[in-house]
Amino acid sequence: MSAKDRIEELKAEGTAAIATAADSATLEELRVRYLGRKSELTSILRGIADLPPEEKGPVGSGANRARKTLEEALDVRKSQLESGELDRSLAAETIDVTLPGTPPVRVGHIHPVTRTRREIEDIFIGLGYQVAEGPEVEHDYYNFTALNHPPGHPARMVQDTFYVDPASLPGDVVTREGLPPGPRDVLLRTHTSPNQVRSMEAHEPPLFIIVPGTVYRRDTMDATHLPMFSQVEGLAVAEDITLADLAGTLQEAARALFGEERETRLKPDFFPFTEPSVQVDVSCFRCNGSGALPSGERDGVCKGTGWIEILGAGMVDPNVFGFVKEHGYDPERVQGFAFGMGVERIAFLKHGVPDLRMFYENDARFLGQFS
Amino acid sequence: MKVPYSWLKEFCDPGIPAAELAELISMRAVEVERVSTVGPPSADGFVVGYVVSAEQHPNADRLRVCVVDDGEGERTIVCGAPNVATGQTVAVALPGAVMPGGQKLGKAKLRGVESAGMILAEDELELGTDHEGIMVLAEGEGAPAPGTPLAEVLPIAQEVLELDLNPNRSDCLGIYGVAREVHALTGAELKPPPWSEDAEATGSGSADDLARIEVEVPDLCPRFTARAFENVGMGPSPLWLRARLLAAGQRPISNIVDITNYVMLLVGQPLHSYDLDQVAGGMLVVRGATDGEKITTLDGNERVLDSEMVVICDEKGPSGGIAGVMGGRDSEVSNSTTRVLLEAATWNGPNILRTSSELGLRSEASTRFEKQLHPELTIRAQRVASKLICENAGASLLPGTIDVAIEPPATHVIALRSERTEAILGVPIPVGEAEENLTRLGFGVEREGDGLRVEITPERHFDVTREIDLIEEVGRLNGFDRLPRTLPAHGERGGLTRGQALRRRIEDDMRDLGFDQAISWGLVSPAVFDALRLDAADSRRHAVRVSNPLSEELSAMRTTLLGGLLDAARRNLAHGSERASVFESGRVYLPERAPGDGTSESGAFPGALRAPDREPHRVAAIVVGPLGPATWRGKSEAADFFTLKGIVETVASGLGAEAECAPFEGASVPRTPEEGRDVRAGAQPFLHPARGASVSFGGVEAGWLGELHPSVSAAWDLPAAVAFEFDVAPLIAAAPAGDEVYEDLMTHPALLQDIAVVVADEVPAERVVGVVREAAGELLRSAEIFDLYRGEQVPSGHKSLAVRLEFRARDRTLTDDEVAPVRAQVAEALGGIGGSLRE
Repeated sequence: MSAKDRIEELKAEGTAAIATAADSATLEELRVRYLGRKSELTSILRGIADLPPEEKGPVGSGANRARKTLEEALDVRKSQLESGELDRSLAAETIDVTLPGTPPVRVGHIHPVTRTRREIEDIFIGLGYQVAEGPEVEHDYYNFTALNHPPGHPARMVQDTFYVDPASLPGDVVTREGLPPGPRDVLLRTHTSPNQVRSMEAHEPPLFIIVPGTVYRRDTMDATHLPMFSQVEGLAVAEDITLADLAGTLQEAARALFGEERETRLKPDFFPFTEPSVQVDVSCFRCNGSGALPSGERDGVCKGTGWIEILGAGMVDPNVFGFVKEHGYDPERVQGFAFGMGVERIAFLKHGVPDLRMFYENDARFLGQFS
Repeated sequence: MKVPYSWLKEFCDPGIPAAELAELISMRAVEVERVSTVGPPSADGFVVGYVVSAEQHPNADRLRVCVVDDGEGERTIVCGAPNVATGQTVAVALPGAVMPGGQKLGKAKLRGVESAGMILAEDELELGTDHEGIMVLAEGEGAPAPGTPLAEVLPIAQEVLELDLNPNRSDCLGIYGVAREVHALTGAELKPPPWSEDAEATGSGSADDLARIEVEVPDLCPRFTARAFENVGMGPSPLWLRARLLAAGQRPISNIVDITNYVMLLVGQPLHSYDLDQVAGGMLVVRGATDGEKITTLDGNERVLDSEMVVICDEKGPSGGIAGVMGGRDSEVSNSTTRVLLEAATWNGPNILRTSSELGLRSEASTRFEKQLHPELTIRAQRVASKLICENAGASLLPGTIDVAIEPPATHVIALRSERTEAILGVPIPVGEAEENLTRLGFGVEREGDGLRVEITPERHFDVTREIDLIEEVGRLNGFDRLPRTLPAHGERGGLTRGQALRRRIEDDMRDLGFDQAISWGLVSPAVFDALRLDAADSRRHAVRVSNPLSEELSAMRTTLLGGLLDAARRNLAHGSERASVFESGRVYLPERAPGDGTSESGAFPGALRAPDREPHRVAAIVVGPLGPATWRGKSEAADFFTLKGIVETVASGLGAEAECAPFEGASVPRTPEEGRDVRAGAQPFLHPARGASVSFGGVEAGWLGELHPSVSAAWDLPAAVAFEFDVAPLIAAAPAGDEVYEDLMTHPALLQDIAVVVADEVPAERVVGVVREAAGELLRSAEIFDLYRGEQVPSGHKSLAVRLEFRARDRTLTDDEVAPVRAQVAEALGGIGGSLRE
């Protein structure tokens, strides 16, 4: 067999073997066998010098072609094998994607009272109100006197209001009359309403504020009473604020809180610092105002009435303006409305909490249900 | 106030079902809590029966077998009443009737005899309290026919409207007042008031001959009226009267007492009846009690009075009773009474309220008097009661009314402007409508210009005193529910203050960092201060205290948020949780002078008068166990000082500020003589003495951070815990969030170099960084510790701190060569604190 033929034979044999090599090791063996230093092709190339001159050219170029062909075949096969091997090795790296994730922290929870308070704040911010704040340890003057509570008013009784021991206050506290505080002059505010007067003293009309905050009543704790709870007060004073404006404003708020399809109604009520005074009811969001559940059972949320009482409100009593007349609040010139709602009560209704005390137990099993 | 509908209808019958009326009253006048039924829920199955025969039961001594004609035929009823007899007309419940309480009557065999129904006693229909025997409706002629529905004869199945009255509507504390309101709401005819007729005085002599009244405290007793009756026949009230009292929630006692109660329920004015023969000296004196004075009231209890209370005395002492609250036992009417002195007086409302609450004694009378009644009501009540006493107790009224009174309050006459009404309500009310509605309320109304001139009735005297009060009346009768819904047209800008917005950010960041938000009681037990190891000199023991707490547990305003957080952690661990991480964002209450300026976060609030205390807003947190979640990859490490320090730093940097933690100020005290290492005397007593730090923002000390003292943790049944608490005002003041100015950090990149500093263990890391910063000068932008090493590579008693230095210049990119001298300065400066650079 001529050298030329042998070269073609090796090329054919090698190409076939390379194309079917099963793995990288076999491929390496084939490379050594066909292209290695001791391979037949290499010895042919080395022996070209000994060939007759007329054979040198054809054998040399044939051998080089064969070598190139085999190298290409090796490269092709190598990359084929490598990609297959990567696939196989990646396939072996399977993870169970159904295992739970491992977050860097366990995200906590904002208290439902905070969340509801913020929701109310945001509704009124959208209606152009500022958020004001006031002290919880308060003067009788702001909590009662300037809110048109006559001396001897039932709310002032020691049975209903927490009074502060004057000996526990700093020595330089003075009450409105310029006297040091007596046993009934400083108290824990019973509502957020003192800030109506505080804010009017500080800002001329028009005034549009809400005042969120903690209040205290001397009520024994049970499922529907707490000695401490949260309120949001609202006050709108300008030259032309009407009771119809109150109705519209609180309807907006009720719809924002309880759903756009809610209706509201106003009923007569009584508060010393508003006149006329109203109670605002919202149509029940659970039974849609029907008073009955789809099962026909009486709805416990609204007690079958289709309406839920959510807040008390009214037009600011002219007597209250009388206390801030020198700050620009002449009752013949300005008028306005005020309202106060219980934050826990709204949270309790919205979330179906059965017992108000749960809000203050700080149990993670409770808090964890709200985000 | 319980208003039996049948009683109301006697004065104004709107001709609508009770539920519909209740809705109308709720929407336009006062809240109707519910409509209840007294007696059986329905009158069906209750008829008049005639006892054809009544014979001894063959098998039971105490039972009779009666044959009763029910109008449709005769039926057998077994009856246990001793007074049942042939010829009586009685009340019968037929099988199928539903008894009060809901039990449905069936046929029953009683000792072998089948009984088809029940002959009723008055208590079984809730008409009275008598269970001695059955009710005998009539005997002989004139009796209602058998089969007549019982409801036509007796007020059974009475619907009762239960009003939840606001304190201003004392006029509705009487049935006639409610009737007037129903008249105003519906236009249904209002019958003349029950006091329009008086009893005829048929007795001899005059009231003045028998009794004298003296009022020593006219400001507390503006009017005291009395009438005298003789030949009084004490006994039970007639059934109709007892039935009405029961339906209105009053227990019948005797005719005279029942009449006083009945008149109170009808007119709204309480009355009191004395046995005139028990009034020593025939003289009643109204005077202030003396401190410690004792009196035995009608209920048999001895009451100790004080000098602000008012008593009614006779010659022997305060036997007449506590004014406006409860009568005295010694002068009360009894079965043997023949002469009655009837009192109708006016008392000072706030004084009665105070007395009844001081004594813990509320009565039907005191709940009315405390709302301040008008003196005019006394005479009304006297007139109605006199007629009833004469008619129902066979008594004769003596001529004359003893009447001790000061000048009555002047009648209010108020101008009501139509334009003012519209300005307040937001809708016009036609003057004709206002005129009609106010007239229906009984007010005297005249047109005046395009408005009205309104004269107010005595029963509304204390409620309607100004134009605005009339606007309320006109508005509610038109219907507040019919008002349009409008929004004020105003150009005011709403929003949170910067402080409020940043407080929300802090809360949200704490949530995102793994904390649940707790809200704890502002009122705490002073025992918490002991449990927190606060010593006598600690200002936090000196809390704002409540003088009338519900309990010691809730008697002091909190001076730290830590107690509430410890409670929350304990609660959660007690319920099986192995970890707890909670934070609180709220106020503490410090007996300090409130700031006059500043922000609400620091306790400065609007208003001319400063707050009585200082109420800074704080954020605090506690962690027990790991902060991160345990996952299938393993458990996280328990949070320690550095975890919480990292939280504080993260929260601060979330607002663009930096938290600075430093050892507590104060003199060093050796922890143990052997070790020679020290802790600071200024450390917080509730913290681990060697693992706590102060927290500052912008150079202002704001709070503390650290591991809790083991005995504090133990007091709350907790394992090791870490906590912090700080005032938010300094953080917010130091926070540039929102006001940042752009700086070019891209054109000239920073040069980073790491150094390792070997120093003695006791040199604080902060000190090392401080020295590095100072020595490096302006080119150094930051120096961050990224590794701490102790071990073979450094001498014992020393540590190696790896610090990454970031050098940067505004105008050029720095090179190693340029920084090399700075590095040398740093090395030299570190020598000053015994440190060296490890190459």
